[in-house]
Amino acid sequence: MSQDMSEENLPERHGSEGHEVEPHADPFADPGLPPHEVRRTDIDERAARRAERQVALLFTVSMIATIAFIASYVAFDIDKIVFIWPFGHVSILNFALGITLGVALFCIGAGAVHWARTLMSDVEVADERHPIEASDEVRAKVIADFKQGADESAFGRRKLLRTTLIGSMALVPLSGVVLLRDLGPLPEKKLEHTGWDKATPASPIKLVSMNTDEPLKAEDIQVGSLVFAKPQGLAESAENFQEAIATDAVMLVRIAPQDIKDRASGKLGFDGILAYSKICTHVGCPISLYEQQTHHVLCPCHQSTFDLSDGARVIFGPAGHPLPQLAIKTDTDGNLIATGDFNAPVGPSYWERA
Amino acid sequence: MSAASSAASGGAQPSSSRAKPANKAEAAADWADGRLGIYSLAKSNLRKIFPDHWSFMLGEICLYTFIIIILTGVYLTLFFKPSMGEVVYHGSYAPLNGIRMSEAYASTLDISFDVRGGLLIRQIHHWAAIVFVAAMLVHMMRVFFTGAFRKPREINWMFGALLLILGMFDGFMGYSLPDDLLSGTGIRFMEGAVLAVPLVGTYLQMFLFGGPFPGTDIVPRLFTVHVLLIPGIMLGLLVAHLILVFYHKHTQFAGPGRTEKNVVGMPLMPVYMAKAGGFFFLVFGVISVVSAIATVNPIWAYGPYRPDQVSTDAQPDWYMGFSEGLIRLMPGWEIRAWGHTLNLGVFIPLMIFPLVLVAIWVYPFVEAWVTGDKREHHIADRPRNAPVRTSFGTAWISLYLVLLIAGGNDLFATHFHLSINAITWTMRIGFFVVPVVTFLVTKRICMGLQRRDRDKVLHGRESGIIKRLPHGEFIEVHEPLTQAQLYKLTAHDQHRPAELPAAVDENGVARKVSLTQKLRAKLSRGYFGDEGQIPKPSAEEYREITSGHGHH
Repeated sequence: MSQDMSEENLPERHGSEGHEVEPHADPFADPGLPPHEVRRTDIDERAARRAERQVALLFTVSMIATIAFIASYVAFDIDKIVFIWPFGHVSILNFALGITLGVALFCIGAGAVHWARTLMSDVEVADERHPIEASDEVRAKVIADFKQGADESAFGRRKLLRTTLIGSMALVPLSGVVLLRDLGPLPEKKLEHTGWDKATPASPIKLVSMNTDEPLKAEDIQVGSLVFAKPQGLAESAENFQEAIATDAVMLVRIAPQDIKDRASGKLGFDGILAYSKICTHVGCPISLYEQQTHHVLCPCHQSTFDLSDGARVIFGPAGHPLPQLAIKTDTDGNLIATGDFNAPVGPSYWERA
Repeated sequence: MSAASSAASGGAQPSSSRAKPANKAEAAADWADGRLGIYSLAKSNLRKIFPDHWSFMLGEICLYTFIIIILTGVYLTLFFKPSMGEVVYHGSYAPLNGIRMSEAYASTLDISFDVRGGLLIRQIHHWAAIVFVAAMLVHMMRVFFTGAFRKPREINWMFGALLLILGMFDGFMGYSLPDDLLSGTGIRFMEGAVLAVPLVGTYLQMFLFGGPFPGTDIVPRLFTVHVLLIPGIMLGLLVAHLILVFYHKHTQFAGPGRTEKNVVGMPLMPVYMAKAGGFFFLVFGVISVVSAIATVNPIWAYGPYRPDQVSTDAQPDWYMGFSEGLIRLMPGWEIRAWGHTLNLGVFIPLMIFPLVLVAIWVYPFVEAWVTGDKREHHIADRPRNAPVRTSFGTAWISLYLVLLIAGGNDLFATHFHLSINAITWTMRIGFFVVPVVTFLVTKRICMGLQRRDRDKVLHGRESGIIKRLPHGEFIEVHEPLTQAQLYKLTAHDQHRPAELPAAVDENGVARKVSLTQKLRAKLSRGYFGDEGQIPKPSAEEYREITSGHGHH
């Protein structure tokens, strides 16, 4: 390939690389570094002294600001809120510490830069570059050294040594991998079940209000409202509350029976009351926005939209499947109860999900 | 006996032939040199030349914000408790009094309301992280658009790209630590993304969280990764990045006296010590003032995390916005077969992360392959002189912006009273269309600028002075450019497109042209053909025009 599509195609380097070009021969030749232009502070000692005073002033302001920082730390109460235009009501301690620290730091920087720009030499100097590549002699020497070292080690000649070394080096990291096993349990069926799993027709679990912890009755659920519920007995103080609520959270809606498009989902409900998982099937955000008229719910994280009147079908957004539904009925006291788990695994989908 | 002889030889040969130091400082330096070899190290570095250009300080902002993050981060670890153990809050922040929360969240509240200056340091830490990632991105764009990633700097480019990705992830982990309602939602998103990995997703999830979501392990684990593992790797990469910058010497823009063989500028000591050292304080000072007046991540307003609660307008930090956009734009594709689910709707966006890194990594090598250029490059390109590369860069940025907008589609919907469905669909189409349009527009602009440079070289600068000729004609006087300006505008390399070899060789035998050769020729034509660049003026053209005044 290289004999045909070679570097002959590369453009020639311009200007003073290699040989110098006569300026008249090439109108675009490199004229070389322009002469240094002096600054006022280079020739006027008074200007230089003024610059010196400016730099010193900046450093002095920095010192004062640091003292002010310490004074603020001591003087201001941490919970004092004051009004400072245009920032509004702010913590005076945070404000004072930040401003004084900022000024102290900024003035050091401004002083140093001003010093460099006015008083340090600004004569441009050229440094030679050297090719990154080593010379051929160095290359030959290193390769010869390496070969000698390799020969002396007999790594290539004694195959048994080489093979067993590679084998042992390849195996030894396995110990580290094995040690990671106890990072967590195996998934098994953990993602398929929720706290509602314990409910059976013989021992149903009541749905209690997320806010009041009281059992919900059918008449508590009105058309047009979205009610959040959890299984009875799941206390906020329980040790596993966070894990449990991450799967067990339920939202209840009531839809006039003639508006329920999906018959099957209607049968899992009670008198138009439908219980769906609150956890979005996309990546697991809790769904919280309900549109009364259309019975659509929207996940505020990524805007997946589900139609609760149609089996919680996905009608927009990135979710891939409907919200799981919890079959509910009422007990003899009129409390809403569940007699089993959701009809599908709760939350985002995963490889083993059927 | 041997001791006696060595003592005798020691007496005869002084241990060092060095002259007596002039003062205490020299003596101390001599002492250190005898043990550390500092003179050899300083010989080429103390007065090392750095070129001056405003865009060369973008990398400095990255370095300085990194240092600020380390300093403030160490302070925060003194007070932060990376634990998900539940406590009931009884601190100074009254609205949350009596609420159950994790120790992580409670200790973040303590840092904000009970440790004097704690809130300031937390805000400096967060603001510096925001600036850090932004500066890395802009610094990377500068390197890309000026072609500073070319040989010999490809590996440094790869280090930099890795630093950007690591910085983004470390930022994400950092703001996930307080275990507030917003960041917990972000971790939930991460869990969903991990679950979408085929075959091993559930295992990864269990091993990451130590059980079902959320468990009690994720915050302490993220903490260790956030404060130790990732910063450690980043520190190593950063040192390597800087060593290579020193070793390669900085690129410079073309100009009189500046060639591929030299570097023109001012010495490290004193000018850049003062300027760069001072710049650290400027950056730190500005971030401190910003942290004093602008609240960032007010975790007390969000409340503690609960998996069944969420706030609307949930937004990640800006640098994660594009991934948010990807996940929001992606249709919910799920393939279900043989008792398994392949969640492409989440898995494809997840895979874009490594693919982006690979694309960034290989670009220098792809361009070098297309040009066939194996030489070192130390003169930075002007973006206009590499139109295709520049257009790739702007197309990339436009894609990024489309995803940022898509990531905030709910905010755009509520603030501009638009339909969220319409925004999402517009961005879905924009994802494919906007980069193409941006590419074409950028290329036209670059070509136009190249034409203008060519005109300027051949006809001089438009002076704005109108002259009346003796016969009444009005002309605008064009001032010829100086030699320096002429050099600057014509100094860039122009590649000729690679030609395919003749269809038959010298013996008349049909030559086999491989597919890669054809691809390379095609790409090369795209980069350097008539559509890819305007030929820069030749010396002959210039002489013909400038000597032929009488004819015009």
